[in-house]
This record gives sequence, structure tokens and C-alpha cells, in this order.
Amino acid sequence: MEKRVLFKGIWLPLLLVLPQILITAVFFFYPAGQAVWQSLFIPDPFGLSSQFVGLGNFEYLLSDRYYRASFVTTAIFSTLVTLVSMGVALYLAVLADRLIKGSGAYRTLLIWPYAVAPAVAGVLWMFMFNTRVGVVTWYLGLLGYDWNHVLNEGEAMSLVVIASSWGRISYNFLFFLAGLQAIPRSVIEAAAIDGARFWTRFRTIVFPLLSPTTFFLLVVNIVYAFFETFGVIHTITSGGPQQATTILVYKVYADGFVGQDLGSSAAQSVILLVVVSILTIIQFKYIERRVHY
Amino acid sequence: MSRSPRSGMVENRGLGLWLTHAGLILGVAFIFFPIWLAFVASTVSQPEIVHPPMPLVPGDQFFENYRKALVAGVNAPVALMLLNSGVMAIGIAVGKIIISLLSAFAIVYFRFPFRRVFFWLIFLTLMLPVEVRIVPTYEVVAGFGMLNSYSGLILPLIASATATFLFRQFFMTVPDELAEAARVDGARPMQFFWDILLPMSRTNIAALFVILFIYGWNQYLWPLLITTDPSMNTIVMGIKQMFPSGDDIADWPVIMATSILAMLPPVVVVIGMQRLFIRGLVESEK
Repeated sequence: MEKRVLFKGIWLPLLLVLPQILITAVFFFYPAGQAVWQSLFIPDPFGLSSQFVGLGNFEYLLSDRYYRASFVTTAIFSTLVTLVSMGVALYLAVLADRLIKGSGAYRTLLIWPYAVAPAVAGVLWMFMFNTRVGVVTWYLGLLGYDWNHVLNEGEAMSLVVIASSWGRISYNFLFFLAGLQAIPRSVIEAAAIDGARFWTRFRTIVFPLLSPTTFFLLVVNIVYAFFETFGVIHTITSGGPQQATTILVYKVYADGFVGQDLGSSAAQSVILLVVVSILTIIQFKYIERRVHY
Repeated sequence: MSRSPRSGMVENRGLGLWLTHAGLILGVAFIFFPIWLAFVASTVSQPEIVHPPMPLVPGDQFFENYRKALVAGVNAPVALMLLNSGVMAIGIAVGKIIISLLSAFAIVYFRFPFRRVFFWLIFLTLMLPVEVRIVPTYEVVAGFGMLNSYSGLILPLIASATATFLFRQFFMTVPDELAEAARVDGARPMQFFWDILLPMSRTNIAALFVILFIYGWNQYLWPLLITTDPSMNTIVMGIKQMFPSGDDIADWPVIMATSILAMLPPVVVVIGMQRLFIRGLVESEK
């Protein structure tokens, strides 16, 4: 699609795009290029010179037990966050959609945690499950369950998954509710006339019609779990215990800034870059398809 | 989202209706509980928290705790961190909107050399979060001497094209007749931009502002890296810094008061501008 009516001039438009081009070049393309470049070198321990190693950093990473473990951790973590946050959101959206009156009020009550930063959500959940003062920990203790996410890997993973999913429910709820309300009532009523009960209607009509929304949310939530949950991990577990919650983004940070292993960190950035690009391509393919329909 | 009244067949009444409400209330309770606890913790005294279980209804230390947090804080006064967050969030939102409006205007209404190249370069940045290129971006910012500065906090985060793309899509829907009429009347391009295009984009700008403000306010990793000076900390990253290292006991009431203060501005924005927020959210994800 192109505009028919155009203004003349070459310098003015160049001037107009200049600020964005400059900022993008300096703070986006140059650093992204640097990440790729640095990933081919190993700096000496004093940071004075660096040695070209080709794909050595990548080879090393892929054979590194900890890095592979981090991949698995990320896969488990993002799958769980996506499933939990989307599952709860879909459940609530289906309920809200059944209401004739009041779904707007519930929407208002449910959407605002979107505004709570992941790092703040992390602090809230860490407080509730704190091993010394946490309320939930205390009541679990009464029930005879000894909660300790500082030592127990499974409990640490559960806690970061819940804290990451919690704030995300709002976002998914909003999109699911909009998707549900866009389904023509006549379709559902026709099924009801044919005697289909609620669950049958949901399984055979509503859920398939909702699939564009579901697919979109799937991609967006995976991206969220990969990157934006850094704050949750950093505030609650710092990647521990024994790297049980060290997701890939956390490892880039831990190796690059805490461990000062720049070559490895850069190589990890490049791998993440590839992962995001794949997700982006999947999403664009999907948008393209939606345009055709 | 209006819809026609439903027929009786798929309507639920009686027990079903109550179960629906019960399910939703359960969901709301799950969402609210952590925030309620944080609020309660911000109104009681330290001993009440460190001897569990803490109370579940607010205490009488509200003013004391919030005053202590705002004025003294732990490493830096929280009032200062709020100011830093505000400058960062507004800087990101306004900065991104301005550069995006200008470049979208150029790309849609002009033909100039490398136009397509520019468009694709900008487009490439669409989904790549700052987390991915974090180390080299840090080095660039450090090289410019922008550590512990507002420009260091803001500039790297406006280097992405979501807003440009959004405005481009919107400008495409503006009728050509408007530009034609402006040109016939002898209006210069910037006059058309300022007098016609900008007023028409008002709602889009506002919706985008809401989304970008929340995005900027909630940044964590970036401020964590480049603000080593506590007086430049933003509130969202500053909370974690308030926890003592080692075995010392955290000042929970002050930390929880800070957490409440940290979520207040974006939550107020979301609730107060719900319409714009939903619109911005849906459009920026399209």
C-alpha cells in the first residue's frame, strides 16, 4: 500500500528520519553487531587483548553442561509460565464471558496487575514465601509442609513460575475475553438448539474459533517468559539454588556482568538473538495468514 | 464491546450464575492477595512481621513507614527513586513518540533515497529486547560517559520501532484528500503534519503513551546495570537493593511500602485510562 499524495523534497524527510536512524544505529545495530563480533573472540584474563576463536565460543557453550542445563531450565520454565498464565486467564475469561452483566467490572478488577513490574511481583511473592517471615510458608508449616525455596530446586522453580504467571494473567485475560466476545452468538445458540451442552460447545466451537487469539498469545507469552521475567528471577532466586532457575537471559547477565566472561556472554546473546528471530518469523507468518483469511 | 442480548438458551441462571461469580471472585482474590499482604506489611511494625504469622489486617504504622521510606529509604530516599522512575518513564514515552511520529511521517508522505532501506532497518528492531544485546549496549553507554545519567537510562530503550510501525499503519489510513487539499492550499509539509496529522493522531498518541509509560516505569535489568550510584536508582530496581546482603534482617515495612509506591503510578494509569490502555495494548500487538 502506498500513498498517492506525496510531498516533494529529499532533505526534509531525511532530516525527519535522522533522529530515529541515529539512535537505532548507535544503541541497537552497533551493539547487536558487537555482540556478534565479540562472540568470535576470547579476551585474555586482563582484558588487554583478545584472541580470535571463530565459532569456538559456540562450540564450548554447546558442550557446556551448565549451558545445556540452562536451555532445559528455560524450556521448562517458559512452558509452565505460558500454560499457567494462559490456562488461568482462559478459565476466567470464559466465566466472565458467561455473564450478561458485570463482565466489565471483573475486567477492571483483573487487568491492573499488568501494570505491576515483574521485579515487584517477584518481591511480593518472595515476601509471601519467605523462609523466615513468609505468611504462606508459616501456614504451610502448620500443615506440616516445610517450604524452603532457597534450598529446594523444585520449590524454587514453582515459585518463580507462579510469580511470573501471576502478573501475566491480566494480559491474557484481556485478549481471551475480547476473542470470546467476538464470536457470534448465533453460532453458539445454534449449537445449543442442537442440544450441545456447555463443555461440548466449548470444545467443538468456541475453542477452535478462539485459536487465532490462542496462537498469538502463545508466541507473545513465550517471548515474555524468555526475557521479561528476568526481574522475577533476579529478585526471588538469583538463578539458584544450584542454577535451578538460571534461565538463558539470566545466564547472559550472570556470565557477562558478574562472571565477566564477555566472549561467552556475547555468544549466548547471539543464540538468544536467533531464538527471538525464529519466534518473530513464526509470528509474522501467522499475521500474514490472518490477513489472508 | 457491546453485543445483542442473548437468548435464554445459553444464559445461565440460578446456581450456574452463582458458580460463575464464585469462580471469578476466586480469581480476583488470587490476583489481589499478594498486593493486600504487601499493603498490610507496609502498615505494621517490623516486630509484627519478623514474628510470624504477620497480621492480615492493616496496622497503625502507615504514615510512619511511608514517611520513613520516602524521606530516608535504605540506600536512597524513595522520593528520589520515584522522581528517577518518572523522568525515565516519561522520557522514554515522549522520546519514542516524537522520533516515531517524525520518521513515520517521512516514510509515508515522502519518496526519498534509501526510504525502503530505512523502513526495513527500523522494522528489524521490532522484537529484539534490550536484554539480548545487553553487554555491548552497556559498553556503548559507558563509552559515552552516560552511566548514572538520565540519557543513559532513556536512549537505549527508545531504539526500537514498535511506535514507528504503529504510526505508519495509522497514517496509511488517513484519507489522501486531506494531504491533497493541504497541498493545493499551499501548506508546507510540516504545516500539514502539525495542523492536520498531529491532531488526528491524538488518540493513538495517548494510547501509546500509556503503554510506553508502563514499559519504561517497569524496566529492571537496564537500570540495574547502569545506575551504580544509589541516587540514580529507579524505584523498581531499587527495591531489591534495599535487602541487606548476608544474614541481616530486611526492613520489611519500609520495603513493602516502597513496593506499593512502585506499583502505584502505573496502576493508576491503567485504571484511570482503561480505554486508552486496552486500545494501546491491542494496537501495539497487532
